[in-house]
Amino acid sequence: MKGSLIILSFFILGLILGLTQFLPSSLLEGDFSIYALYLLMFLVGIGIGTDRDSWKVIREVNIKIVLVPLSVIVGSLIGVSAISVLLSNINFGEAMAVGAGFGYYSLSSVIITEFHSETLGVIALLSNIIREVLTLLATPIFVRYFGKLAGIASGGATAMDTTMPIIVQYSGKEYAIIAVFSGIVLTVLVPVIVPITLQFL
Amino acid sequence: MLQDIIIVLAIMILGMGIGLFIGNRPKIIKIVGILTSFSIFLLLFLLGIGVGTNDKIINNLHTIGIQALVLTLGAIFGSLVCAWATYKFFFQTKKSD
Repeated sequence: MKGSLIILSFFILGLILGLTQFLPSSLLEGDFSIYALYLLMFLVGIGIGTDRDSWKVIREVNIKIVLVPLSVIVGSLIGVSAISVLLSNINFGEAMAVGAGFGYYSLSSVIITEFHSETLGVIALLSNIIREVLTLLATPIFVRYFGKLAGIASGGATAMDTTMPIIVQYSGKEYAIIAVFSGIVLTVLVPVIVPITLQFL
Repeated sequence: MLQDIIIVLAIMILGMGIGLFIGNRPKIIKIVGILTSFSIFLLLFLLGIGVGTNDKIINNLHTIGIQALVLTLGAIFGSLVCAWATYKFFFQTKKSD
């Protein structure tokens, strides 16, 4: 949660600087954010590659566990697609790109900003932050009505870190490994699925 | 755009290969973690600037907020229903054995 607040404060700092026009125009015109995204993706890749514990978790688990992140992917994409029918200025592909963040707001919002638009990037940022916050607040209720996988499903990619404590508390310790597995799979798939969904515009 | 996406994914896969090759070196992993955080900070900071200077977004901020909220509710509800079905049919029965 502390990490999310730091990330959000950088966004807000930029927002304030942008609003007050307190910036040299060279910073606004230079399009170096794509290079920052390349750097980020490279680092995210190294992070995944060096994470031996994650690879071990993936190798050791029962095949059935794959159904958990799959449920999150299918459920999220169907859920946002249904909502997109109600929203006049968000189409099917845009809604799916937002939903495919699975709570990983930092990466999904910057990818969407780069490949689509700032407006949709902000929607993705807010939406995926809300997903994390709602999971932290409502997991006890979700688990009561939707079973022990509910916290993991709601948390999406965050189930491996920020929302894991609350998931373990309400679903039990035996669900920790499923939470980590599902979180890892979704985290790795965010940069793959988000750009793909943007093809459905 | 498709070309950009392929470049981004190729860069990530390259990173994964290098990461696997580097393996378990806590110092490097720590530095990579710090650099990752900083590049996320930088990108979100830049997104903040972009949003702050974009009148279209600023003037529609409450609409954008509502859209974000309902999309999230859809995503969470869809996930919960699918996870409930998965739990019911694949996990719960095994537990009661």
